[in-house]
Amino acid sequence: MTGGNPIIQAEALDKYYGSFQALDNINMSVHSGERVVICGPSGSGKSTLIRCFNALEHHSAGKLIVDGIEVFEGSKEIRRLRQEVGMVFQQFNLFPHLTVLENLTIGPIRVRKVPKAEAEANAHRYLERVHIPEQADKYPSQLSGGQQQRVAIARSLCMESRIMLFDEPTSALDPEMINEVLDVMVGLADTGMTMVCVTHEMGFARKVADTMIFMDGGQIIETAPPEKFFTQPESERCKAFLEQILEH
Amino acid sequence: MARSHSTDYVIPKPPLPGRILASVPVSITIYLLVIGFIAYTAYDGSKAMGYNWQWYRMPQYLWTMTDEGFQWGEIALGLVKTLQLSLLAFVLALALGLIVALLRLSGLLVGTAVARVFLEVVRNTPLLVLLYLFYYVLGPIFDLDRYTASILCLGVYHAALISEIFRAAINSVAPGQWEGASSIGMSKAQAYRYIVLPQSVRFMLPPMTGEMVNMVKSSAIVSVIAVAELTTMGRNIISDTYMSFEVWFTIAAVYLLVTLTLSFGVSLVERHYALK
Repeated sequence: MTGGNPIIQAEALDKYYGSFQALDNINMSVHSGERVVICGPSGSGKSTLIRCFNALEHHSAGKLIVDGIEVFEGSKEIRRLRQEVGMVFQQFNLFPHLTVLENLTIGPIRVRKVPKAEAEANAHRYLERVHIPEQADKYPSQLSGGQQQRVAIARSLCMESRIMLFDEPTSALDPEMINEVLDVMVGLADTGMTMVCVTHEMGFARKVADTMIFMDGGQIIETAPPEKFFTQPESERCKAFLEQILEH
Repeated sequence: MARSHSTDYVIPKPPLPGRILASVPVSITIYLLVIGFIAYTAYDGSKAMGYNWQWYRMPQYLWTMTDEGFQWGEIALGLVKTLQLSLLAFVLALALGLIVALLRLSGLLVGTAVARVFLEVVRNTPLLVLLYLFYYVLGPIFDLDRYTASILCLGVYHAALISEIFRAAINSVAPGQWEGASSIGMSKAQAYRYIVLPQSVRFMLPPMTGEMVNMVKSSAIVSVIAVAELTTMGRNIISDTYMSFEVWFTIAAVYLLVTLTLSFGVSLVERHYALK
C-alpha cells in the first residue's frame, strides 16, 4: 500500500484568496490504493485542498505533483490530469440537459475519444455498479438526490480515473439517502481505488480510511490511522472537533 | 373534529367593483368601446379633412390575377425583400454577437477591451447615422452596394444587442456546470459547446425573439437609402397614387403579421427547450 512513489504529493502548499490564507503550509502524500479521509470544521480549507488536486483551484506557493504531473496554473497538462483524477461534488454538478446515459458518455466520447457503443456499454456497467441501471434514460431532475450523486460517481468512474476525489458528497443529501451513496463509496474502496474524501461521515471514515487527516485554519493539524485518530487524538482542537460531531 | 375546516380558513373575496371589472363580458365590452372610439375618431377626422378612401385600389399591390395569370404585387415583393434582408442580417448578427460575447467573457484583457469598444460605439450611435456611415462612408471605400451595406449595418447594430443576450444567458448557467465539465477533462471550448451553450439556449430564446422582431422592424430604416423593401415599396406606391392612409395601414398590418408569426413560431421552439 505504501510502496513506491506517492500518487499525490503536496509540499509546503499555500493558497491565498486576496489577503485571506486558505491553505497554510500543507505537506501530505497519498499512495496508490490509499484511502484518505479529510475532516475539519467548515472554513478549514479541506475543500480548497482537494480542489487543488485536480486544478479547480490553484495553489499560490509550494509544489504539488499528482499522478506524476506537476500541477500549476496554466500548465498544459491539466486536462490530462483531470482525466486521471475524478471529482464528485457536493452539489453533484450533473448536466441537466442530458440524460443519465449521456451524462456518463459525454466525457469518454468527447474527451477520451472512445467509440460511442463502447462508451455506452461502459456506462451501463458502471450504472449497474452504483445500483441504478434502470435510470439510464431519465434526466437528472427526475432522480432523487442520492441517485443523482450515484450518477455523478458513475460519471467519474466512466472516465476510468485512477484517483477519486470526493468533496462532501453526502452533505447536500436528505438523511435517508446518505447510506445508499456511502455504500457505493465503500464498494469503490473495496476495488482498491485511490480515494481522497472530504466528509463528516465518521462511520464511513472508520470503515474505509487508511489515513485520517484533521484540518483547521488552513493547516493540517493531525494525521493518523483511524484507530488512533478516533481513540487518542493528540491535539486539543481535533479532540474538541471529534467530541462535537460524534456526540450525536 | 366538531368544527369543519372550511369555516377556519375563509378566502376573502376581492371587493365588488374589482370583481365586476374583472368579469369577462364587462372586459370585452370596455375593450370594444375603446377600440370603437379610436376607429370612429380616425374615420370622423379623415372625413372632416375630406380624405378620399380608395381601399378598392389596394389589392392590386398585394397580388393580381390577369389573363397572364397570377402575379405578386409590389407590397408582396417588398415583403420578400424585407424578410431576406432581415434574415441575412440576423444570421450575421448572431455570429458576430456570439463572437463579441465570447471575447467579453474570455477574461483576456485584449478580448474584453475590443468587445467593450465595439459595444459602446455601436450602442451609442443612432441606427440612422450608422446606416449613413455604412452606405456613404464605408460603401465607396469597400465598394458596397446599397443592399450589402444595409445587411452589414443591421447585422452590426443588432450584434451589439445580441451579444448582451448571449452574455447574460451564458452567465445564467450555474457555475457548477463549468466545474463538472472541467472535472471530466473538457477544454473550455468543449465545455461551451456541449454543456454551457445548450443550457443557455433556454435563457436566450425569449429576448432573442424580441431581437428578431426588432430586426424586421428596424430593417424599415433602409428605405432611406432606397433599398427596395417593404417600406420603400409603400413610399413608391404613395408617390404614384397619393393613397397614404390605405398604404400605411396596409404596410403596418403586414409588419404586424410577420412579427406575430415570428413570436408564435419561437414560442413553439421555447416549449422544446423548456426544463425537462
